[in-house]
Amino acid sequence: MAALLRQSAVWLIAVAIILILPVMVKSGFYITMLNQMGVLIIFALAYNMLLGQGGMLSFGHAVYFGLAGYSVAHYLNGVGEETLPYIPVSLIPLLGGLVSLGFGILIGFVSSRRAGTTFAMISLGFAEMVTALTLIVVTFFNGEEGIQTDRWIGPEPFGITFGSDVQVYFLIGVWCVLATAAMYALTRTPFGRMCNAVRDNPERVQFIGYNTHRVRWLAFALSSFFAGIAGSLHAINVEHVGFETVGLAQSGLVLFMVWIGGAGIFAGPILGAILITLLNSNLSDITEAWYLYLGLIFMIIVMFAQNGLAGLIVMHEPIWKTNLALFRSMFLPYVLGIGSSLVTAVGAIGVIELLYFMRTRQTAETVTHLYWMEVDAANVLPWAWSVAALVAGYLACRQTYPVMAASYSAAIAEVKAMVAS
Amino acid sequence: MEVFLFSTFNGVLYGMLLFMLASGLTLIFSLMGVLNFAHASFFMLGAYFAYQISTYTGFWSALLVAPLIVGLVGALVERYGLRPVHRFGHVAELLFTFGLAFVMEEVIQMIWGKVPVPYDVPELLNVAAFEWRGLQYSAYRLFMLGVSVAIFVALFLFIAKTRVGLMIQAALSHPQMVQSLGHDVPTIFMWTFGFGCALAGIAGVIGGNVLGTEPSMAITLGPIVFVVIVIGGLGSLWGALIAALFIGIIDNLAITFDVSIYPLFALFGVAREAEGIMSDLVNLTSGGISPVLPYLMLVLMLIFRPRGLFGTRDV
Repeated sequence: MAALLRQSAVWLIAVAIILILPVMVKSGFYITMLNQMGVLIIFALAYNMLLGQGGMLSFGHAVYFGLAGYSVAHYLNGVGEETLPYIPVSLIPLLGGLVSLGFGILIGFVSSRRAGTTFAMISLGFAEMVTALTLIVVTFFNGEEGIQTDRWIGPEPFGITFGSDVQVYFLIGVWCVLATAAMYALTRTPFGRMCNAVRDNPERVQFIGYNTHRVRWLAFALSSFFAGIAGSLHAINVEHVGFETVGLAQSGLVLFMVWIGGAGIFAGPILGAILITLLNSNLSDITEAWYLYLGLIFMIIVMFAQNGLAGLIVMHEPIWKTNLALFRSMFLPYVLGIGSSLVTAVGAIGVIELLYFMRTRQTAETVTHLYWMEVDAANVLPWAWSVAALVAGYLACRQTYPVMAASYSAAIAEVKAMVAS
Repeated sequence: MEVFLFSTFNGVLYGMLLFMLASGLTLIFSLMGVLNFAHASFFMLGAYFAYQISTYTGFWSALLVAPLIVGLVGALVERYGLRPVHRFGHVAELLFTFGLAFVMEEVIQMIWGKVPVPYDVPELLNVAAFEWRGLQYSAYRLFMLGVSVAIFVALFLFIAKTRVGLMIQAALSHPQMVQSLGHDVPTIFMWTFGFGCALAGIAGVIGGNVLGTEPSMAITLGPIVFVVIVIGGLGSLWGALIAALFIGIIDNLAITFDVSIYPLFALFGVAREAEGIMSDLVNLTSGGISPVLPYLMLVLMLIFRPRGLFGTRDV
């Protein structure tokens, strides 16, 4: 019983947080943000079935997200006009998922023969094709305007109308938990293990007698199914589906989320989706350079942290599981390392913000806000300070990072010694 | 007839521009296994550098200097960005270039703004070269064609006749063997990457003022270049040339003549007065579907001949 409780603790905590959040945040802004977050968590996990579990890097997974969204929007409109049979709105994501499953089966067959670069290129081709089709097949996609819809349809079982955003929040919450549980369970099945095997060593898998194409194909189709659920919830949530939902920007966003969060760890995409939605909602109003920062963060993660932020956390798991006291010797090196990274970031942000301001300002006004201070961008001082912080931080990083790495290695070595004895 | 000829001519021109991008991309890809997602961004960088330089010293010096700078930037990116990522495998390299393309677009927006910059055709060439049956052909387009053909010839001579070219050819098919023979493969990688970027840069310099120099120019052209190298066969320069010309000509003819594609549907007995989605499809013209055509070709190619026109290995 106790073991069962410990195993399911993470899930129970997650459900508890989902239940408590809408009580704690009352403002509409945050409910909207949470809804978006839930949708993107499902989408990111679905995407990671391809990238993290199956080793297939896709630049076009938004296609399955968006196509389900369009289908659901049309279905809702059809029910509204009483030309289509009614099913409860709560079950409609399943419908959207099935639509995407269909597309996933069709397109997956052609594109999943190979993984890696080739797969990436083909996925991009399909993404571009569907994006171009949004402007051509007007009856389905309605060009740049997209499809408007209304989720308030049919009878009202138990008084659930999905009129308010909070009701949609719980719908997304339920689907989020269900989809996450299903995708997690999939990683535990023999099929899930085969996906990992095909990712790591396809040649060997073929020798054992498996058909790598078929494993990838199935993974692709299932991943499309879950992406379709996410897309359907998106359509229900914002009651509008536009051509941007199938486009490269949406596919890129989910890729960023997954990789920054950590593709190699199941919870990584969840972390990435939460973090980037938070930053996106809060920063995109403050700074115009938000996408530049996002791109830079992504590149830094690609270059230095293969398993993303979740990987950096999980890396320390053996230490806290053996002996928390080991962290004591790591404290100072970590504070110095993180501190010098922060100084670098402060300098870089300062330079970028000043540059952005000077190049995009509409008036001759040169006074702007930087770090809650009023600065004159025509003056040399703010530039000098920013560049100085950037350079000093960078030089400090070069000194402190090796120390930080050494303290980590020492702690891990001690863990190994403890486990061995 | 003259419309057909002019349109084909424009198609060849567009195809040659595509080839300049595709040749660098396919060289880099087959040499290093890296699909450079940011390749079209270097094309864009070429156009912006050329614009900036031409505001100071005019077009001709920009034509020389801009590609060199782009090539240098490319080599630096390979040395300090891509090479450290190399040990994580091809997917990480692809992700790196994807992030790079994203960042480059943002940086260009930061420096030159979100609206197109006024990068114009040089005065000297902004005249009609010849007039035939009432249709004028601009001298600049002829110049573009001349440059691209010259680059093409130079590229083939370089690959086939020079020592470095032979080394690249050898590294294309047997990279380990070349390394075992004592050649400095990482340095070959760096300069090939820079060289490919410089080719894209030249395309940007001579194409930017015709196609329009704006932050979205990379993302519009990039995917088509990928299509070109897949259709041509990965690693094949001849394939890239044929595929680029083919796509360029088809695209231009489809837009110029804008014929209805209904006969295609009539073959399958679809009525002209179809309902729903079919009504969109039967009323389409070739100009309307031209944005989809390259990708349609890509899909058909993948189904029927996965190795591309001249490829030696399946994609």
